[in-house]
Amino acid sequence: MSDVILKTENLSKQFGALAAVDSVTIDFLKGQVHAIIGPNGAGKTTLINLLSGDLPPTQGTIKYKDQDITTLGPHEVSMLGIGRSYQKTNIFPEFTCLENCWLGAQSRQGSSMRFIKPAAKITAIRERAENALELARLTHRMETPASMMSYGEQRQLEIAMMLATEPDLLLLDEPLAGMGTEEAGKVIELIKDLAKNHTVILIEHDMDAVFAVAEALTVMVNGNRLKTGTPQEIRESKEVQEAYLGDDEEDAA
Amino acid sequence: MDFTTFLIQALNGIQYGFLLFLVASGLTLIFGIMGIINLAHGAFYMLGAYITYWLIGYTGNLAIAIALGLVIMVVVGYAIERLAISFLYSRDHLHQVLLTYGLILILNELQKIFWGTDFYSVPVPDMLKGGIQMTDNQSYPYYRLFISLVCMIVAAGLYLLISKTKLGMMIRAGASNREMTQALGINVNGIFAIVFSLGAALAAFSGMVGSPVSSVFPGMGDEILIISFVVVVIGGIGSVKGAFVGAMIIGLADTFGTVLLPEFASVVVYAVMAMILLWRPQGLFGKA
Amino acid sequence: MMNRDIFIRAFTLVFIGVLAIGPMLFESYYKELVMHMMVLGIFAMSLDLLIGFTGLVSFGHAAFFGVAGYLLAIVTPEAEPISIFISLPFCLGGAALAALVIGWFSVRTSGIYFIMITLAFAQMLFYYFNENQDLGGSDGIFIFNKPLFGWGETKLLDLDNPDVLYYLIFASLIGTYLLLRTILNAPFGKVIKGIKANEHRTQALGFNTQRYKLVAFVLAGTLAGFAGYLEAITTGIVSPGHLHWHHSGEVMMLVILGGMGTLFGPVLGAFALELLRDNFQDMTQHWHLYQGIFIILIVLLLPNGIASLANLFGKKQEVPVEEAATEKEEQKS
Repeated sequence: MSDVILKTENLSKQFGALAAVDSVTIDFLKGQVHAIIGPNGAGKTTLINLLSGDLPPTQGTIKYKDQDITTLGPHEVSMLGIGRSYQKTNIFPEFTCLENCWLGAQSRQGSSMRFIKPAAKITAIRERAENALELARLTHRMETPASMMSYGEQRQLEIAMMLATEPDLLLLDEPLAGMGTEEAGKVIELIKDLAKNHTVILIEHDMDAVFAVAEALTVMVNGNRLKTGTPQEIRESKEVQEAYLGDDEEDAA
Repeated sequence: MDFTTFLIQALNGIQYGFLLFLVASGLTLIFGIMGIINLAHGAFYMLGAYITYWLIGYTGNLAIAIALGLVIMVVVGYAIERLAISFLYSRDHLHQVLLTYGLILILNELQKIFWGTDFYSVPVPDMLKGGIQMTDNQSYPYYRLFISLVCMIVAAGLYLLISKTKLGMMIRAGASNREMTQALGINVNGIFAIVFSLGAALAAFSGMVGSPVSSVFPGMGDEILIISFVVVVIGGIGSVKGAFVGAMIIGLADTFGTVLLPEFASVVVYAVMAMILLWRPQGLFGKA
Repeated sequence: MMNRDIFIRAFTLVFIGVLAIGPMLFESYYKELVMHMMVLGIFAMSLDLLIGFTGLVSFGHAAFFGVAGYLLAIVTPEAEPISIFISLPFCLGGAALAALVIGWFSVRTSGIYFIMITLAFAQMLFYYFNENQDLGGSDGIFIFNKPLFGWGETKLLDLDNPDVLYYLIFASLIGTYLLLRTILNAPFGKVIKGIKANEHRTQALGFNTQRYKLVAFVLAGTLAGFAGYLEAITTGIVSPGHLHWHHSGEVMMLVILGGMGTLFGPVLGAFALELLRDNFQDMTQHWHLYQGIFIILIVLLLPNGIASLANLFGKKQEVPVEEAATEKEEQKS
């Protein structure tokens, strides 16, 4: 439980003169739910984009299970077992939920440069996709076009698509964004469930949710890592209160 | 090659570059600000040239013909924007490409109906005939220098318009964030109409002022369109600065290419484009 | 009762049926026209793979059509025919290679850049052939002998017989359709469709989308070459016009006119447009004017093409949300 699964060392991302992420060093432990919190503009999403390969860093390294993944692109990062869900819902709107999970499931089925056998006949893919839908509690929506679902269900689908790739490490970017209390409750249960078998790195503004699921917290301010610790330590830290928790009261869903 | 030939070719390349710049800047502005790819842009160049030829028949004076022609072209540009282009704002690239392709077919055919398929020439104004004597048997035409001068003035004017005026600021705002600009109460559709007419006028002006040198013939619009695309791609879409640099590169590459590698003359321009794209797929000044 | 799927199936059957007995129905002028339409159908389907299924708007597709034709002209001797079993792979290989090179540069870009770049590269090839006097320059070049469907002394099929050629092209049309359907149903096809729907997410799910786009581009270019090869056999002449961007624009128009992303739609589009052209081109010198107006009307009024007219017969069968939800709830308990 206490080995480091992902570590960043002096990770930085400059946009011109602005250091969105400034020399951030964090160890993420295997099997933990590690939340990253901070005021708007703290660099949280940029950090996740660096971890998932969506953005190349300007400096520093990222190591996953001791392998240097700093320069890898999103598809390579995904194939290593790191899954990502997005803050702004990033699904295939015209596809059904099953079809939405299909590609993720197919990516784990060997090379997709195959041109003859119909994909639908490959039962392993279907099983994997259905499994992901079940984990995300969307089985009843299997044949529903994604665009016809409620926003909350689409956020669940966002997670299901990622789960179809059977990742070990989950990067969740504001999974509760824009949700009402009841919908949020469902997703929090889902995350707790997933936490049993996965490592989770979570960005969230909803403090109730964060304190309900997180085992470790990192606070970021202005691109820097202010402090990492247990939820207790963070709650009691004076620096954190000054820098952040005061602002956040309004943000809570 | 000797120095005089080199100088002549360089001047030609720059002059061609300037003409290209006028056409390409319109294209890149229209795309950068309105998000519209306008294949019919070359047709404006062509119309400019034909209208000049036609008006010179009546007025006998190039300057007057150009002035009148510009007025006509601004009206034509505005009409096309309101009647056809405005339907494209919410459409995807594919539909834009097709609709403006349809426009090309129509405009090209209208040109043939009104003016036929012959090549026409536009006379160089008396005042600008002749040239600078460079060596015993080579002189450089005054008119070509005039073209470069005029285009330079227009380019400077464009730069001032965009960077120093209120209109220019609104244009830049619209290019950078259309919704926000609209939310601020600025009439974005009005700006679009202005930008489109401006782009059309620039392309037409290029055709007009260049007509004594290039002649007036069917298909001239298509030719310059493709090269303008190359310029815009090299320079970076939406960047007027990029259009300028790209136009100069292509103008010089094409001119020297024709002289140094005559069998591959047409291919040189595309080879240059390919090399630049290898290095920077978004163009020299384009956003990554 | 007529519904959308039944209508589509019935229509397809009638369409194929009529084509299948073509040589008996049509006299030589129309037979040739139909052959040309079928070749155009193949060309259009190949572009639909790119535009309708991968989301790559290629404006230089005619380049591959023309390259294959020119390669056939180059490789066909004056005195005697060359075997189709040599010339076809050669020409397809040439088209594929051109697509690989152009695709490699183009696929690294997207959106407008992609459109302009494919257009520019195709035009480059146009100029090359247009100015190459050894290949006939702007007049083009003749193909002196149709390829030999056989080898050496053995002739399996006589391509000089218009009926035989007709059926060869017909078989090619059906074959191309089936090939594309198979590829689109295979794992590769799923990725392609994902790229069109949301390329970023497809990447984030583990796919090197650039590679898939390139493969789709090469596949489409090769099939365009196949169409070009068949056209060259049928008409016996190849000219630079085959590579001109107007030709690319026309085939793009067919795809949209017919209904992109349906495969069958573009074939319909090809037939419809050629029928229109055949009827109107003689009536007026200014066919291009009407063509232009026609394109604009289609874009504005019928953006999903002729194939979307099938929707007049009912919507695609969709399970309403509430029904599905309650069904599954019941199944659970």
